Amino acid sequence: MRIGFFLREAFRALSRSAAPSLAAMLTILITALVLGVFIPVVQATTGTANEVRSRVVVDVYVKDGASDADKAALRARIEQLPNVGSLQYISKDQALAQMKKKNAQAFALLGSNPLPDSFRITPRDPGGVNAIADSLRTNPPAALDDVRNRRRDTDRILSATGLVKLVTAGLAALFLIASIALVANTIRLSIFARRREVEVMRLVGATNWFIRWPFVIEGMLVGLMGGTLAVLLLLIGKETFVDPLAHRFALLAAPSTISFTLLAVLLLVACVAVSAIGSGVTLRRFLRV
Amino acid sequence: MPGGSREQGLARQRRDVPVVAFRDVTKVYDGGSVGLEKVSLEIGRGEFVFLVGPTGCGKSTCVRLLMKEIDADAGEILISGHELSTMPRKKVPKLRRNVGVVFQDFKLLPNRTVYDNVAYSLQVIGESRESIRRKVPDILRLVGLSTKLHNYPDQLSGGEQQRVSIARAFVNHPPLLIADEPTGNLDPETSIGIMQLIYRINRTGTTVVVATHDREMVDKMRRRVIELREGRLMRDQTGGMYSEEESTVEFAARLRKELGIGSDAHREHRDHASPLITP
Repeated sequence: MRIGFFLREAFRALSRSAAPSLAAMLTILITALVLGVFIPVVQATTGTANEVRSRVVVDVYVKDGASDADKAALRARIEQLPNVGSLQYISKDQALAQMKKKNAQAFALLGSNPLPDSFRITPRDPGGVNAIADSLRTNPPAALDDVRNRRRDTDRILSATGLVKLVTAGLAALFLIASIALVANTIRLSIFARRREVEVMRLVGATNWFIRWPFVIEGMLVGLMGGTLAVLLLLIGKETFVDPLAHRFALLAAPSTISFTLLAVLLLVACVAVSAIGSGVTLRRFLRV
Repeated sequence: MPGGSREQGLARQRRDVPVVAFRDVTKVYDGGSVGLEKVSLEIGRGEFVFLVGPTGCGKSTCVRLLMKEIDADAGEILISGHELSTMPRKKVPKLRRNVGVVFQDFKLLPNRTVYDNVAYSLQVIGESRESIRRKVPDILRLVGLSTKLHNYPDQLSGGEQQRVSIARAFVNHPPLLIADEPTGNLDPETSIGIMQLIYRINRTGTTVVVATHDREMVDKMRRRVIELREGRLMRDQTGGMYSEEESTVEFAARLRKELGIGSDAHREHRDHASPLITP
């Protein structure tokens, strides 16, 4: 009975103030679309970046002709460093064999082996790769010839993924604020349109929540409609564009992203929550009983 | 009346706790204008009280204080012994269900019929559909609108609209009915009809407070009069000349005579034809 009353009142209000409701709904729709597109995209880029990061290594080259004792000292020094995930010793011959695999002709021309012995360090945390290199460079052990890490490459990848995340988060935040403001405005107009009813309700002693529920439900309906439309559009987009691409070209390594069902549920929940917040903000300000 | 003595005894007992009590109530609005200044008064159960005074004297402040729409700055207001200033917000709706209020501008919902206007006020306090179906026709018969259930407010005369708003205020039979300028927008003849209706409600045992600036009407009705001026209590006297046993028809007839209106046959005829029930 009560639920029926609330829903009836909410729908009555929605149909009466169609224009502001539509505006609020469209904003929520856009917010949901942005989130729905960028969440998987960010996940994919972070996934790729993480893959690259895990490939980040430090190569430590050993001086030609270093004694076994010096090599052992260098190894011990590396092993003492924090953040060393794994350590691999690559001898001159192994290195040459690897290189010949990549480019047999070029190395066939060489009479001797120009490659040094080396240690390959995979850091536990890719972000700490520079620290490893720096600590080896200061006060280098006798056998150390050179330390190389792909500092610039890793820096670039790290800052790029960071930027993507930041921009998306900022964009989403802006849209969220716009959605909340527009829902709040819709509800405010709705309160204004129904001020006689509200006055009568207060007059005859309706409880605060009895007065508020229709407005909260109205706001949440706006959110639900926007969210549902967004999910539908995302589904269509996924079916028509992304899926065929993924099937035909097997893009990249296809990093794992959020499942569509979970994404849809999350978006709907977020839309309803955002509009509930919007309604709540207005009700607090304009519907003191 | 059978068993009358016992009921009278109970009524006398209840009369000990005034329905409304003001104790040194002061209300100053933001900006310094004084609404009420140290007003003390008591209104007992079943009384019919006029609150008079010029515009800005504090009548509406009293009404708003009684609904707890605003709070007093000093002093206490008690309704049936319940102190309003310490009443938690949550209990305000309950208070308002026990205080029926009628306004000069009716405050009806224009897009709902007479029936729905009254039913709506029951819906929003969570009454069951069944009890709404039972109560609404009853109260509309009491106020004499049983033939206009499905009319919209703008199809009714001012007097009829005020009857709807009285029906809405009284549908739950609150112990206290407050009318703020109930006849302010109405012509004298219609006003008498409204006063008669309010008097009938008073005769059912409901305490009635009528705020008005219509001095003539007040003097003729010979009920207790509380006069306010610039927020101060100027006069609180009981016009002792009326008998409590006066029926509503006698009451209306006397008013008409004393106000010198409604003597022509047409109006007399209409009054007798109206489906009013006299207690």
